[in-house]
Amino acid sequence: MLAALIQFKPRKGDVPANLATMRAIFEQLAPKGPELIVFPEAALTGYFLEGAVYELAVDAPTMAQRVDEQWRASGAAAPCDVVAGFYENVAGTFHNSAIYVRCGEPDGVHIVHVHRKMFLPTYGVFDEERFLTRGRRLATFETPFGTAAILICEDAWHAIMPTIAALKGARLIIVPSASPGRGLCGGDELESNTRWKAILSSAAAEHGVYVLYAGLTGFEGGKGMSGGTCAFSPRGDLLQSAGPLEPCIITVTLDRQEVDLARATIPLLGDLSAVLPDLWLDDEIPVMRRLEETP
Amino acid sequence: MTLRLLEAPLDEPSLAINAALAARWLEAFLRDEMLVRRGIGKAILGLSGGIDSALVAYLCARALGPENVYAIRMPYRTSSPSSLSDAQRIVDALGIHGETIEITDAVDGYLKHASDADPRRKGNVMARMRMLVLFDQSARRGALPVGTGNKTERLMGYFTWHADDTPPVNPIGDLYKTQVWALARHLGVPNEVVDKPPSADLEANQTDESDLGITYARADRILNLILLGYKDDAIVARGHDVAEVRLVRRRLDATHWKRHLPTTALVSDTAINEFYLRPVDL
Repeated sequence: MLAALIQFKPRKGDVPANLATMRAIFEQLAPKGPELIVFPEAALTGYFLEGAVYELAVDAPTMAQRVDEQWRASGAAAPCDVVAGFYENVAGTFHNSAIYVRCGEPDGVHIVHVHRKMFLPTYGVFDEERFLTRGRRLATFETPFGTAAILICEDAWHAIMPTIAALKGARLIIVPSASPGRGLCGGDELESNTRWKAILSSAAAEHGVYVLYAGLTGFEGGKGMSGGTCAFSPRGDLLQSAGPLEPCIITVTLDRQEVDLARATIPLLGDLSAVLPDLWLDDEIPVMRRLEETP
Repeated sequence: MTLRLLEAPLDEPSLAINAALAARWLEAFLRDEMLVRRGIGKAILGLSGGIDSALVAYLCARALGPENVYAIRMPYRTSSPSSLSDAQRIVDALGIHGETIEITDAVDGYLKHASDADPRRKGNVMARMRMLVLFDQSARRGALPVGTGNKTERLMGYFTWHADDTPPVNPIGDLYKTQVWALARHLGVPNEVVDKPPSADLEANQTDESDLGITYARADRILNLILLGYKDDAIVARGHDVAEVRLVRRRLDATHWKRHLPTTALVSDTAINEFYLRPVDL
């Protein structure tokens, strides 16, 4: 499977302009015949919206339609799967979501999955939970590559999230993100990007999954989105990565056999599956105590 | 047998920066915030001859091209001649536009009605007059005023409210003074500017560090630990002087108001920036 990861630089709040950019990207990619294209979190609006999220959020069918229209207008001959982050309005409840759609099918766009961000950062520069409601479920879904899961930004910082995704069968984890760059005191890259790579690599290697990360770039009111779009193999190897500042496209070919080989070589996921029941029954795990205390 | 003991020191985050990365990041900030967001490709700044405004001039010249940078020198009659010549050194090195606009007549025109003004009040009048000139010159040239205040002076409250902090964009406001020095050296700001003692140049022989009562090098490390959440005893345990820690915290705590917009009485559920919340760039 040929996947393309888009390091996207939106115009803040200007959905028509950003859709035009999306279409131009589709036109550039269509001749290569990609099967999956991944855009970052909040790709069509920008990330820091505060109260304007209520004006710019749309429902999933509207988002799917918008993306599909761009794919069809690009002149592409074949259908393609697209992931894009967006602010979702579910009958007046607002989420930071990412949609997985199959575009260009004769019978119209197919919504394969919508993931609603579960970990809404509300500290420091972040204020998501003031405006948004968190998702309640981490689900996997089927793609041409196999079972996949989406984790949005901070979702991926909690090691249990890729673990659960992998236990549910994911062979591919897609991470749309909008990460304000911080830390000039490290090596040749932002410290926040170094940390991202460590987290993503660890998730890929521990569970034998491909991890595809697409980051926003560009400044939003002084906060620079740190790009850092990258892909990791099921062994945790960095396959390709982008810098922080330039809009760009990364392409990567995913091979199902790589997942099998990585898991056969280091069967950590199999080991976890075997041991997990014992861990889960451990009554010292706080979540279990809380469940027991629930009347 | 005694085994070798490897004792980890108490952690103190480094303030050393990757200057090349910082330059790229701040230049991208200027291009995005000025050209992309506002459609303004010209920058204007007050060039004092000191390191902060010199560094901002270098960043603007690299981000926007030297032909799009206007540096205004605004001396008062007591300003040091070396400040003027150092500013000229920056203008010549970068090939940016330079202009000198004396503020003496304007400042003295007011001060003759304020004969009791002490040096602090006079300094504030000068700072506010410079910002008045800068904004008028920005309107004349269609150029955006760019701020030159660094993080240390912002945190220590060592600036005139609604004067030095007024320009709508500031590329160095999250850099401590020691980081300003490092970045300035990396970009090739002349040694005469980098190495001279920082001074507000409001009075003869004035220096920032004598005004503040602590060196920038020590203040920056203490400030960084305070902002990271360390309590005084934990900072002292990292080798810092207890009196200096108290001095820095006192200045920080006493000047929070200077880092905010005016306090507005909230009387509705549509109060601006309390209930009505919009990002600055939308």
